[in-house]
Amino acid sequence: MKPRIAFFDFASCEGCQLQVANLEETLLDVLRLVDVVSFREVMKEHADDYDIAVVEGSIARPMDEERIRAIRARAKLLIALGACAHLGGVQRLGNRWTPEQNKKAVYDGADGNDIGDNNPFFEKPRHRALDEVVKVDVVIPGCPVNRDELARVLVALLTGRRPPIPDYPLCVECKKKENVCLFTIGKVCMGPVTRAGCGAACPTYGNECEACRGFISHPHADAQIDVLRKHGLTPEEILSRQTLFTARHLEQQGKVS
Amino acid sequence: MSDIHIHVEHLTRVEGHGNIVLNARNGTIEQVQWQVSEAPRFFESFVRGRPWHQLSHITSRICGICSIGHALASLKATEAAFGVAVSEQTAVLRRLALHAENLQSHILHVGYLVAPDLLGVGSVFPLLQSHPDAVRKIVRLHRLANEMSDLLCGRTTHPITLVPGGFSAIPSAKQLKEIRQRLLDAVPVTNDIAQLVLDCAGALPAFARETEFIALVDDDEYALYDGMIGSTDGGRFPVADYASVANEFVVPHSTAKFTRHRRASYMVGALARFNLSAARLRPMARQWAEKFGLRPVCHNPFMNNVAQLVEFVHSLEDSVYWIDYLLKRGLDTAEAPAKFKARAGRGVGAVEVPRGILFHDYTYDHDGTCERANCVIPTNQNHNNINQDLAAFAPTLLQKPEKEIERSLEMLVRAYDPCISCSTHLLTVRFVR
Repeated sequence: MKPRIAFFDFASCEGCQLQVANLEETLLDVLRLVDVVSFREVMKEHADDYDIAVVEGSIARPMDEERIRAIRARAKLLIALGACAHLGGVQRLGNRWTPEQNKKAVYDGADGNDIGDNNPFFEKPRHRALDEVVKVDVVIPGCPVNRDELARVLVALLTGRRPPIPDYPLCVECKKKENVCLFTIGKVCMGPVTRAGCGAACPTYGNECEACRGFISHPHADAQIDVLRKHGLTPEEILSRQTLFTARHLEQQGKVS
Repeated sequence: MSDIHIHVEHLTRVEGHGNIVLNARNGTIEQVQWQVSEAPRFFESFVRGRPWHQLSHITSRICGICSIGHALASLKATEAAFGVAVSEQTAVLRRLALHAENLQSHILHVGYLVAPDLLGVGSVFPLLQSHPDAVRKIVRLHRLANEMSDLLCGRTTHPITLVPGGFSAIPSAKQLKEIRQRLLDAVPVTNDIAQLVLDCAGALPAFARETEFIALVDDDEYALYDGMIGSTDGGRFPVADYASVANEFVVPHSTAKFTRHRRASYMVGALARFNLSAARLRPMARQWAEKFGLRPVCHNPFMNNVAQLVEFVHSLEDSVYWIDYLLKRGLDTAEAPAKFKARAGRGVGAVEVPRGILFHDYTYDHDGTCERANCVIPTNQNHNNINQDLAAFAPTLLQKPEKEIERSLEMLVRAYDPCISCSTHLLTVRFVR
C-alpha cells in the first residue's frame, strides 16, 4: 500500500507548500508513490488517517498547540517544512514584545479601538518552532525550502534512506559555484555559519546569505562575529543579521531572550 | 422550510485559514459569517527596529504566492522615503518580475483551485485521470511562470535580486530572448486552457451586486507596477494619499481592519483592474474578454476568475513587449543599483499584486532604522466586500440543498482568491439579520 501523506500549515506565508506545487512535473511523479489524503490549500477532501505529516508554519496559540499535538499523535513521521516550522520564522522577531504591544503597534492609527480582547484567534500568540512543542522526525530547512532538496528528501524517505540534509556551511556550495566571495567585494554574509543545501542561492544572485536555513551543528559563532566586526559592522548591525531568521539559536545560547 | 446550518471550517483551496458560517431559520438568514482564523504574525510590529536593507526581505515573507509584489511595494516605499529614483531598466525589469508573479498566481488559482469547481470535483488530483492533457498544460504554464521568476528574481518565492535602488543581478540578453520565445510558444497552450474554462463558464453563478472597484490606473498602460489610485466611482488619488482611500477602520465585535471608500465596501483584484483599465489590455487579452462576454463595469464577483485568465493572456503579451523594448534599447547587465543614503523620512509604495492593490508605508529614522510600518493588503480590502456579497448571495440560495448552498458560498469566497496569510489583520464578522 502506498504511504498516506498529509500537508498542514500553521502561521506562515504558505510559500513552502507552494514549493510542493512548484515541483511541477516532478510532483506528478511523486504522486505515483504516495496517496495525498489531506492538503487544504489544494483539495477539499480530508482524512485523519495518514502515515506522513508535512507541516509548515510556527506554533503561536494554545489552539495551534492542540492541533499540532493531534497531528503528531496520528503521524508515524512528522516533517517540519521550512524556516517557520524549523526556527519559528521571521515572525519570531515579534516575540521580543508582549502580544498586547504587538496588537497596539498593528492596530494603532486605525479608526476605532475595539480589537477584540476575548477573541480566541488572538490568544497569546508567541511564535515557536514545531520541535518546541512536539517531537519532529525530519527538518527540511529554508525560507522557502529549496524545491530540489524537497524532492530529494521526499524520495529518500519514501525509499527508506536517510534524508540528505547537509551539515556543512554554505561557503562549500558557494565555492563549488565559483562565486566571488562577498567579503572580498565589500559586502558581508552569514554563509560561514549557515547550513548549506540551497545551492548558495542568495550569494549566487549578489545578495548576502541571511541564514534562513539556520546554523550548522557546530558553527564558529565567535569567529563569525569577529569577521563581521572586522568588516566594519557595529554590534547592532551584527545582531540584526544574527536574529533575522536565527534568533532561536541565540536564545538557545542564552544570548538574547 | 427546514433550518439550515452550514459551517465550513478551514475553507479549502484558498491560501490561509478561513471559515464560512451560515445559519437560517424558517427561510430567514440569522447569521452569515466569513471568519479568518489565521494566526496573527504582527509584521507591522516586528519590522520596527530593523535596518532598511532587511525590510523587503522580511515583508516578502507576508505571502508565499505574492512575495514579488510585497518585495516591490516594500522597495518603492523605502525608495520614496530616501528619495531614490530607479533607472528605466530597473522599472522595466520590475514590470517583468510582476508579470511572472501574476502568471504564476493566476494559473495556480484558475488551473489548480477553481477548475475543480467548474468540473465538479474536489481537487486537481482527480483531473489527472479525467483531464490528463489539460492538467499537463496547466503544469507547463505554471512551470514557465516560475522559471520566468527564477530568471528575474533568483527564485520563484521570496525574490533575491530585488534590492533598494535596482537589481543585485540582471539576466543576460540571451536568457531574456529564450524566455521571450517560450512565452510566445505558450500562447496556443494558453488558448486551449482558456477555451476549456470558456466551455464550462456556465458553472459560474450569474450573481451581481453593485460595488466600487479600486485599482492603480495609468493613461499609458494597464497599470500594475505604477500609477495613481483609481475608482469606478470616479476620481484619481496619489498613492501617498492611500489612507484616505482605504480608510482603515475597526468595528465593534470584529478585530479586522476593514476598508471602505465611497460605499459600504470596495473590491480590489483582477476584476477591479479590468473594470478600470480594460481599454489598455493587449489585443489577445481583449479578444478573450470579449469571448467570455466580460465587459466593464462587471459587478459579478465570480467573473474575477475570468478576469484573472484575461490578465494571464495580457501578461504573456506585455512581457514580450517589454523584453523587445529592453533588447532594442540595449541591456546593461552590469548596471548597479542606484546609489543613495538612508535618511529620516516616510514613504509609501503601491503595486498591483495578483489579488489587488497593495500598499506599504514606512517611516525611517535618520540612520534608516524602521520606526513605523503599515501594510494594506488586497485580501484585507476585500474581506468587507466578501461579506456584503455573502449577505446578498446567500438569500438567493436558500431553496437549494444544503450541499449545493455550501458549494456556492465556497465558490464565492474562492473567486476572490483570498490570500489569508497576507491578511496581517485578523477578521471576525458577525451579522444577524
